[in-house]
Amino acid sequence: MRDFSYLRANSIDAARQAAALPGAMLLAGGTTLIDLAKCGVTEPETVVDITHLRGLDTIAVDDRGAMIGALARMSSVADHADIKSRFPAVSEALWQAASAQLRNMATFGGNLMQRTRCPYFRDPANFPACNKRSPGSGCSAIGGVTRGHAVLGTSEACIATYPGDLATALVAFDAIVHLGDRQVAVDDFFLLPGATPDREHAIGPGEVITAISIPASAAARRSTYLKVRDRQSYEFAAASAAVGIEFEADGRTIRDLRVALGGVATRPWRARAVEDALKGKVLEPDAVRRASLLAIEGAADHGANHYKIELAPRVVARAILKVGETA
Amino acid sequence: MTVHETRTRHGDSKRGDASDGAVLAESVGGRLSRVDGPAKITGAAKYAVEQQLDGLSHAVLVESTIAAGRVRSIDTAAAESAPGVLLVLTPDNVLRLNTATDWLGTPPPDAPYCPLARDITFSGQHVAAVVAERFEQAVAAAALVKVSYDETPAIVDLDDPKAGDGIPIDTMTKEWGDAQAAFASAPVRICAAYNTPREYQTPMEPHGLIAQWQGDRLTVWEPSQWLDGMARTYAEWFGVPFENVRLVSPYIGGGFGSKAFAYGYSAVAAIAAKMLGRPVKLAVTRPQTFTAYGGRAATRQTVALGADAEGRIQSIVHRGVNETSVDGMWVEPLGSVTSIMYATPNFSSRQNVVRVNTVVPGALRAPGENPSAFGIESAIDELAYEAGIDPLEIRLRNYAEQDPEAKKPWSTRQLREAFAAGAEAFGWSKRNPQPRSMRDGNQLIGWGVAAGTYPVRRAYGEAMVRILADGSVEVESSSIDMGQGTYTILAQTAAEVVGVPAENVVVKLGDSRYPRAGVTGGSRLAGVMTGAVHKAASAALDQLVGLAISDPNSPFHALQANTLVVANGHIRSPRGDGPEVSIAELLGSVGREQIEAMGDTMPANSTADDRYKNYTTIATALSHTEGDYSRHSWCAHFIEVRVDEDFGTVRVSRVVSALDSGRLYNPKLAESQWKGGIIMGIGQALLEEGIVDRRHGRIVNNNLADYLIATNADIPDIEVISVGIPDLHSSVLGGKGVGELGIVGVAPAIANAVFHATGKRVRDLPITLEKLI
Repeated sequence: MRDFSYLRANSIDAARQAAALPGAMLLAGGTTLIDLAKCGVTEPETVVDITHLRGLDTIAVDDRGAMIGALARMSSVADHADIKSRFPAVSEALWQAASAQLRNMATFGGNLMQRTRCPYFRDPANFPACNKRSPGSGCSAIGGVTRGHAVLGTSEACIATYPGDLATALVAFDAIVHLGDRQVAVDDFFLLPGATPDREHAIGPGEVITAISIPASAAARRSTYLKVRDRQSYEFAAASAAVGIEFEADGRTIRDLRVALGGVATRPWRARAVEDALKGKVLEPDAVRRASLLAIEGAADHGANHYKIELAPRVVARAILKVGETA
Repeated sequence: MTVHETRTRHGDSKRGDASDGAVLAESVGGRLSRVDGPAKITGAAKYAVEQQLDGLSHAVLVESTIAAGRVRSIDTAAAESAPGVLLVLTPDNVLRLNTATDWLGTPPPDAPYCPLARDITFSGQHVAAVVAERFEQAVAAAALVKVSYDETPAIVDLDDPKAGDGIPIDTMTKEWGDAQAAFASAPVRICAAYNTPREYQTPMEPHGLIAQWQGDRLTVWEPSQWLDGMARTYAEWFGVPFENVRLVSPYIGGGFGSKAFAYGYSAVAAIAAKMLGRPVKLAVTRPQTFTAYGGRAATRQTVALGADAEGRIQSIVHRGVNETSVDGMWVEPLGSVTSIMYATPNFSSRQNVVRVNTVVPGALRAPGENPSAFGIESAIDELAYEAGIDPLEIRLRNYAEQDPEAKKPWSTRQLREAFAAGAEAFGWSKRNPQPRSMRDGNQLIGWGVAAGTYPVRRAYGEAMVRILADGSVEVESSSIDMGQGTYTILAQTAAEVVGVPAENVVVKLGDSRYPRAGVTGGSRLAGVMTGAVHKAASAALDQLVGLAISDPNSPFHALQANTLVVANGHIRSPRGDGPEVSIAELLGSVGREQIEAMGDTMPANSTADDRYKNYTTIATALSHTEGDYSRHSWCAHFIEVRVDEDFGTVRVSRVVSALDSGRLYNPKLAESQWKGGIIMGIGQALLEEGIVDRRHGRIVNNNLADYLIATNADIPDIEVISVGIPDLHSSVLGGKGVGELGIVGVAPAIANAVFHATGKRVRDLPITLEKLI
C-alpha cells in the first residue's frame, strides 16, 4: 500500500469532480478498496470518501419497485422487510455473500464494483502478466490454476470470474444503475472482457453510482437465489442461480421466468435461452432439467473448472424447481 | 505427611467422564473455565507484535518470485532513497550468524547462517528486507526493491516427472513376518493409494516478532510454542549466552505446530535490530505464512491389506512418500498408525521422502499420525466392504490387544470402550451397510467410522511455586498457553495441592526468565507441567505446614501436631481441635514474606547440561515405548455426512467421538481441544489444500479467502465422550495427550461416510464437489 491523498466529499457534485481526478477512487464501504490496496492491485492517488454524503442510504419500496441508495449497507438491504417479501432473491443473494462483518461495512452500490478473485489478478508481485490489471501484458491464469475461473463469457485475454452474488440477482430482474442523471441497465453495466478486460463497468471518470432501482415484478416476488459453494459460509459461488417465476392463472404454466447465473461467467450472466425455452410451458422437472442445459450454451472450460459446466445447469434446474414448487 | 481435603460437588461432571467423577471446578479434573478468557475477550491480553516500544521501526520482507535458481542482482537504490527507509538488507550486507543447534540437539555445522537467500529453492523465499520508520513506508519501499534472477527448472510437487522416487528413510522401515507373501495368498485383499495435499496451520494470529537489543542482551516478543528452544537458537545465532536472550510470549493466537521455532524472518528482525540499534517489528503477512515456514507436507500412501474370509488381517503392506524441501529434511511418519492400530502377523512399511522446490515442511497437528490414519482407516473400511463385514465389527475383529510393533502391553487402551460408547451414542447399530441406502430429498446420507491415536510424548519439567504473604499462590514457568488451557490447569493443580481456591492462584507463563520448559508440542505439555507444578506445590505446602508446626510464633506450635490440613486457604489440625487460621495470618505471625519452592521431574542425578538439553532440544524426550509399556491416546469418530447428489457438496451433519486421553485435568478444556481437532479435521477432509501453480512452483491460494478452513456454518453439534482412565505410566497425574488426538481419524471417517452415502470412494483429500458430481 502506498501513500495517497484523502479527500472527503461534501456533496455528490464534489464527489464527481474529485472522482474525475487521475488516480482517484471512491471510498464507500472500503471492503474491496482496502483489500486490493493491500495486495498491491489498487494504488489510488486520491481516495474520495463519500461515506458521509446524506440521503444515499435510503431504501424505498413501493408497487413500482425498489429504489436503493448506493450507500445502503448490504446487511440493511438484506434485512429490509419489503426487499425480503418483494425481492427475495435479492435479499438471499446479499445474506449469502461475504461475511456478516463485511456485509455490515460494504455498500449496495460499492458491491457492484467488486472485482474478481482471480489469484493471478490479485498477486502483481508474482504474476506481472494480467490483462485486466495491465492491458496487453497477457493472462497468467490461462494454463494455470483455473478451478475457480469462468466458463462463460471468456476471451483469449481474460477468464476471470465475476465473483458477486448481488449483481446476479439484479441482472435477473432488470435492475437499473443510476449514475446521477444517466441510467444504465445492470445487464449493460457489466462488460464482457473481450480484448479489454481492464474495462469492467460502463461507468466513466467522474461518474458516481447514486442508486440502484429494481422494477417490481411477479417473478421478482416469487424468486430465490441458490448458491452452491465449497464451504457453507463466507465463500464465493462454485455456481449460483437467481431465479424468479410468474405462473399463469392455472398455477402451472410459466408466464414469466428470470434466470441468471453467478460464479461461472466473466460477468453476471442472464440465461435468456433457458427463460425462452420454458416460457409458456408447464413446469415439469424433466423439461426444466433439459432447458437448464441451455444455461451453459457456448461454455468452454480451462481444465480444472470443467465441473462448473456440469454444475451450473443443475443449480439452475434446482432453483427453478424450488421456486416453482413453493406455494 | 500432609493431609489434603478431598472436596467434591455434584452436577458439574459430564456423562462418560470416567476419569474423575464429580469434582469441584477448581480442582484437578474440574471444569474450571479458562482463567485467561476474560483478558482475551476484553482485548486486555497483549500479543507479541502489539507491544509499544519507543523508537520502534518496521521491517518488511521481499520474497523470491521464482521457485528455483539464483539471485543475479538486487537493485536497492530506489528503496534506499524512499521516504523513511532506515536499512535495506540483502544477502550482501546482512549480518552473518552462526548456524544454531537444531531441535533434535544435532550439533550445527561450523558454517555461517544467512537468512536471506542468494540460491533460491522455493517461491516465497526471503531475499531481502526493508526497515523503515513506519510500516507503510517499509511496504512501499519493499515494492521498489528490484531482484533479477537466473531461473532454473523447478520440481514443483510430488507429481512432477523430475521428482523421482525420492530418498528411502531407513528409520521408517518396519517389518515383521513375510508381508508380501501373506498378502499374495490372502483370500480377501484390497490395495489402494491415498493422497493428502499440502495443508497449513493457519493460526488466527499470524507470525511475527519485535526484537530489541540492549548491549549484548536480546529481548524478543514473539508468539512461541517453545521459549527456551527459540532462546537457544537466537543465542547461538548471535553467539551470546543463553541467559542473555529473553523470549516473551504470554499469549499466542494458536500455533498448531508452527510456532515452535525461530525462523528466517525472526533472524532478519533480530539482525536489523542489532544493525540499527533500535527495536524492529516484523509482522509476517497472511500470504507470507504459507512460505515463511512449512505446513504439512503433501503425502502419498499405498496400503495393501490381506485378510482371511472372516476379515482377520493377515498382512499389511504400506508404502509412503512425503515431500520435503530441496535443502531441508522433513519426515512425516506415514506408518505410525499403520503399525499399531490392528493386530497382524505380517507387516511391512517403508517410506521415502522426495525433494521438491518448497519451503521445508513442518509440524501440523498430529504430524505423521494424521495422514497415516487417513491411509489405514480408509483402507480398513474398503476391506470391510470387500469382506462384507460391518466397518465397526472388522475393527473389533482385528483389535490389537498389545502393541503389534513394540510387542509390549498398552499402558491403557480404552479403544474398545470408545467404539462401544461412540456407537451407542451415534446409533451405529441402525446403519444399513449398503451405500446410497439413506436419503433425505436430494441429500444422500452416509455414516462412517474411523479410529485415531497419538503417542504419549513425555519429557521433564520444572516450575516455581510461591505462597505469598497475602495467602495467594504464584506459579511460574516458561511454558506457554496457546489456547489449550495451561494457565487454567496449572492454577487448578497448584490450588488443589496447596489447598487454596483457584482464584487465589496466579499463573505466570510465557517468559523465558521463568523456570524452563520444553516444547509445547506433541500433546506433552499438560502431562509434563502438571507433574512439575504438583511437585513444586507439594514442596511449598510441606514448607508451609512445617513452619506452622515448628515455628515458635505459629499458633499451631503448642499443638505438637505432626501434620496439619490446608484447605480453602486456611490451616487447621486434622481433627479440628485447636486454631484455624488463614495462610496469610500464619505467614504474618511467623514473619515470613513468602514461601518458595522449585520443583522438577528431572532424574535426581541430572547435570546442568542434562537440564539445558531437556529444555532446549527434544533429545531427552522419553519414547512412548520406553520401559514395559506402549503409551498412546485413542479415539473413535462416528460421523454423518449429507452429500447433495446433484451438486456433490458434502456437509458434515453429525459427529460423535469417544476419546481416551487418560485422566482429564480439566474436562471442559479437553473437550474444547478435542472439538477443535475434529473441526480442523472437517476442514482437512473437505476444504483444505495448498494449490500449486505448476508452471511457477508457487502456492496461489495463500490467503484465508482462497485457502478454505471450516467456518461455524460447516460445523454441526459435536458430541465428545471421554472414555479414559488414569494412566500413571503416562504422566504423574494420569493424563495422556489431548491436543493432537481429536484430528486423527476425522478425515477417513468422513471419507468413509461419503462412500456410504454415494458409493464413491475418494482417496485424495480434500473431498471437493467435483470429485463427486
